[in-house]
Amino acid sequence: MALRMQGDTRFGLDRKTRLLGPVKLDSGAEFAPVDFAYETYGELNADKSNAILICHALTGDQYVASTHPVTGKDGWWTRMVGPGKPIDPARHCVISINVMGSCMGSSGPASIDPSTGAAYAMGFPVITIPDMVRAQAILLDHLGIETLEAVVGGSMGGMQALSWAALYPERVKSAVVIASTARHSAQNIAFHEVGRQAIMADPRWNNGAYYGREAPSSGLAVARMAAHITYLSEAGLTEKFGRRLQNRDAKSFGFDADFQVESYLRYQGLSFVDRFDANSYLYITRAMDYFDLAEPHDGVLAKAFAGIKTRFCLISFDSDWLYPTAESRRIVHALNAAGAAASFVELSSPFGHDAFLLDAPEMNRIVDGFLRAGEQS
Amino acid sequence: MTALRPDLAIIACEVREAARVLDVGCGDGQLMAALRDTKNVDARGLELDARDVATAVSRGLSVIQGDADTDLAAYPDGSFDYAILSQTLQTTKRPDLVLDHLVRIGREAFVSFPNFAHWRIRFAHMFGGRMPITEQLPHRWYDSPNIHHVTIDDFRSFLHDRHIQIEGQWFLSGNKPRNERFANLLAQHAVFQLRRK
Repeated sequence: MALRMQGDTRFGLDRKTRLLGPVKLDSGAEFAPVDFAYETYGELNADKSNAILICHALTGDQYVASTHPVTGKDGWWTRMVGPGKPIDPARHCVISINVMGSCMGSSGPASIDPSTGAAYAMGFPVITIPDMVRAQAILLDHLGIETLEAVVGGSMGGMQALSWAALYPERVKSAVVIASTARHSAQNIAFHEVGRQAIMADPRWNNGAYYGREAPSSGLAVARMAAHITYLSEAGLTEKFGRRLQNRDAKSFGFDADFQVESYLRYQGLSFVDRFDANSYLYITRAMDYFDLAEPHDGVLAKAFAGIKTRFCLISFDSDWLYPTAESRRIVHALNAAGAAASFVELSSPFGHDAFLLDAPEMNRIVDGFLRAGEQS
Repeated sequence: MTALRPDLAIIACEVREAARVLDVGCGDGQLMAALRDTKNVDARGLELDARDVATAVSRGLSVIQGDADTDLAAYPDGSFDYAILSQTLQTTKRPDLVLDHLVRIGREAFVSFPNFAHWRIRFAHMFGGRMPITEQLPHRWYDSPNIHHVTIDDFRSFLHDRHIQIEGQWFLSGNKPRNERFANLLAQHAVFQLRRK
């Protein structure tokens, strides 16, 4: 089996390919050609039934379980993907694709527009979560993968997993949706708008035309700082920082980072700008804000899943106020109404939205059992 | 596989091959797993306790963490061949509404509960003057999950008022089946098979 894939350059670490497309976008436009940056781990089996697609979050990337080329850090989900983990390259052919609109090699605003020879910048089309999924489907066709054993994702990755099931139910046997939602709430949109305004208020943003010049790092850092707060819980912040001061014994009566939490957020902002493109941040947050799976179905979420055979597993965390349990429960109720096979658990964690990226043995136990049950049937 | 609790064994025996079943208050999925493995049943579960749900899902069962009092409304009418409520009725806030949902969602329903009119309980009340603590109801008054105690006669009278038809009934004392005679006095548990008239 391994022999068949050896030498097949479509599979492996750090793959890049350009496909003709086009991607038919929700806006009515078409986008072509489409660049894809992706990785695969493990071997596709003889009947091509063991492929698992991992969908990443807003600022995530294809480096799920391999070293990040910019930061040098381990992959972002090594707790879920790897030898002996619920998603195991020994058993699964794991695929992770940098989403369209992002900046790690797939087509995005920083990519070169072949028709002009310059970066797309704000000339890149406004895309949606379903558009990202349609693009991924084009890559899977190229890889010769018709059916996915599972689509797995947390946060925006969960939105993609839901969209995969809704758009291509016959291609998705199981969907794992963690700490996610079927729509962006007013509060979600509001926080994203703060981030976008911070970027666009940075004079270096220059209406998006900053490639080859200084990037709007200050704006992007502030956007990241605001967003980062929404990924944590109040209890988590209190436990980690409280009101403790940073490297000093008394308040400075100035505007330095007196508090540890300020210093931490500034660091989060600054380190983010090294690895992320400000325009990508605008485009992807826009895609998330536009996300409402029920909208094309007269606002009735159950209709998005009518007659679906896909099995679903949803997990939420009790301290996640970005995509709270009530949003997962709303999806579960819709799946029940549609008669779909669904499982759902709210897990307890002090870490807020980020809990899905951290050590969560109960989450791993559930995902492992859910995937194995799907493999038996 | 461990042996099923006697009331679950009765229900498992009655459920048709390859039926669609909703188990409300399914615990860690023991009955669902048995129905899936022995009768090829398409089983779905609802359970309040997160640890039990995690165990059930890791067994490969489709179980949703939720509350019988609030989460049954989303299920369409007649979407299951059977809706099952075992040892859960007495723990719900509104058992009347839960039962309405049960016979709405399931074309048939199974309900099992501990009989609060069993003679041991009556005896404890009459002579002890205290809330009874028995093998079947081992909790103290303040930590009991059982907030709506019901007797077999109460239940029958409720079914009559709500025009719910009894399709079958089974009684247990200890773990042994017993007949219908003086069931309200002598049975510790009851299992009813129901259908909306």
